[in-house]
Amino acid sequence: MAEGIDVYKRRYGQNPKSLWRDLKGTVEPFYVTLRNMFKKPVTYQYPEEKRTPYPRYRARIVLTRDPEGGERCVACYLCSAACPVDCISMQSSEDENGRRYAAWFRINFSRCIYCGLCAEACPTLAIQMTPFYEFSGRDPLKMVYEKEDLLIADGGKDNEYNFYKHAGIGVANPRGGNEDEYGPVDVRSNLP
Amino acid sequence: MSDFAIDILLILVKLGLIFAVLLTGAAYLVLAERRVLGRIQRRYGPNRVGPFGMMQPLADAVKLLTKEDFIPAQADKPIFFVAPGLAAVTALLAFAVVPFSPPITLFGREVPMVVCDLNIGVLYFLGLSSLAVYGIALGGWASNSKYALLGGIRGLAQLISYELAMGLSLVPVVLMAGSFSLTDIVLAQNPVPFALLNPVAFLVFLISTAAESKRIPFDIPEAENELVAGFHTEYSGMRFGLFFVGEYINMMILGSMITVFFLGGWIGPVLPPIVWFFAKVMAVAFVFIWMRGTLPRLRYDQLMHFGWKFLIPVSLINVIVTGALLLWLKG
Repeated sequence: MAEGIDVYKRRYGQNPKSLWRDLKGTVEPFYVTLRNMFKKPVTYQYPEEKRTPYPRYRARIVLTRDPEGGERCVACYLCSAACPVDCISMQSSEDENGRRYAAWFRINFSRCIYCGLCAEACPTLAIQMTPFYEFSGRDPLKMVYEKEDLLIADGGKDNEYNFYKHAGIGVANPRGGNEDEYGPVDVRSNLP
Repeated sequence: MSDFAIDILLILVKLGLIFAVLLTGAAYLVLAERRVLGRIQRRYGPNRVGPFGMMQPLADAVKLLTKEDFIPAQADKPIFFVAPGLAAVTALLAFAVVPFSPPITLFGREVPMVVCDLNIGVLYFLGLSSLAVYGIALGGWASNSKYALLGGIRGLAQLISYELAMGLSLVPVVLMAGSFSLTDIVLAQNPVPFALLNPVAFLVFLISTAAESKRIPFDIPEAENELVAGFHTEYSGMRFGLFFVGEYINMMILGSMITVFFLGGWIGPVLPPIVWFFAKVMAVAFVFIWMRGTLPRLRYDQLMHFGWKFLIPVSLINVIVTGALLLWLKG
């Protein structure tokens, strides 16, 4: 124990104030706790009192629509490839004018970890995260959401964006006919 | 009915009342502690079950009663079964000598408001608080677990060390009151409580009782982050509940002892004596809770240092000084 006393002396010296310091360190905390006892608790009393999450909060996933009301998803599989837990699956298909769409689209929310990688991977802003966090269930099979459960009648975070107005294979406008696009280049004219 | 039968009946009624009040008191003390600790940490604490969480103790009791009563393999079963009861019973028994009000007159009979006014009440209390260590030591020993055993050993060492300081800090009280009976001690504090007459003894007793009740900052027998839960690591269900309730009953007992020895017991202006008594006990309990929410746990060596090298010498000197002063005053 003599060692401990040496350490104490080295740290605080033979200072007579060190006893005062110890006493103060014992009594002062009582005032701190007493003061905090009369402050309002910071708790949100959840079921009655709900926190509004920030707009970029990542919770339930939705499929959005473009301004014309068509499905944005082009069934490119980038979201299901990005998904670290493989909770997204789909089957791509094409309609008569060549526009791709998902024949079925399924998210297993009992697996989803809400990482948001699918939304980041999406080239058409179709799959988006929403701040709807009250999302849980007892039956895992009821947490499997199909396309019709996922689709919403809204553009989500960007209501203006329409993928086929900027790129793609001429569904909205002829190929290369969009405002911010060049027409197709004849590669032969580019040769040296 | 003969006088004897009436006496027995009165004692039984008093026992039943005290038993009920103590158990509900202990249950609600748990709730109060959780609420106050919550407020200290700027939370609400349990407020869901019933208005203001008032039904929480009931819910806890139901939960504890319906839990599995687990007995570890190789445990020393009889001792394992008896230990939690010992912890609760020794705490309960101590209340037999606590006077919570002056004698009242009921149907022309004088009824003392104490189960048994022993003329050696102080010694009875000290003896029972020494016995309380068996609950911990045997519980820790019988569990066949290293954590429980270490907790039991620490509990033994701590209670023995602080018992000395506690006993010594009561010597000036007995000197000043001139009696071992708790009723006489209360009556001796009529104008001025002993907490003001002898603040050193009061502080030493307060600290030692905090250590005796094994609460933060003296909770090294159950230090969560070293020993899981210390001596009651292996206990579950209502056996754990008994340890738990025992701790809170103990808190109420020690609160009443502080009230009786130093705060003037039931004596106070305006309000009826029994209200004063309970208010004082609750105030002491609040200080214990407040202390738990404020101070960190002492290290084992700090605990032993503080007990043996500070509290015991201080209380010894206090005994000598008080005795000398009393002699000098007597002339």
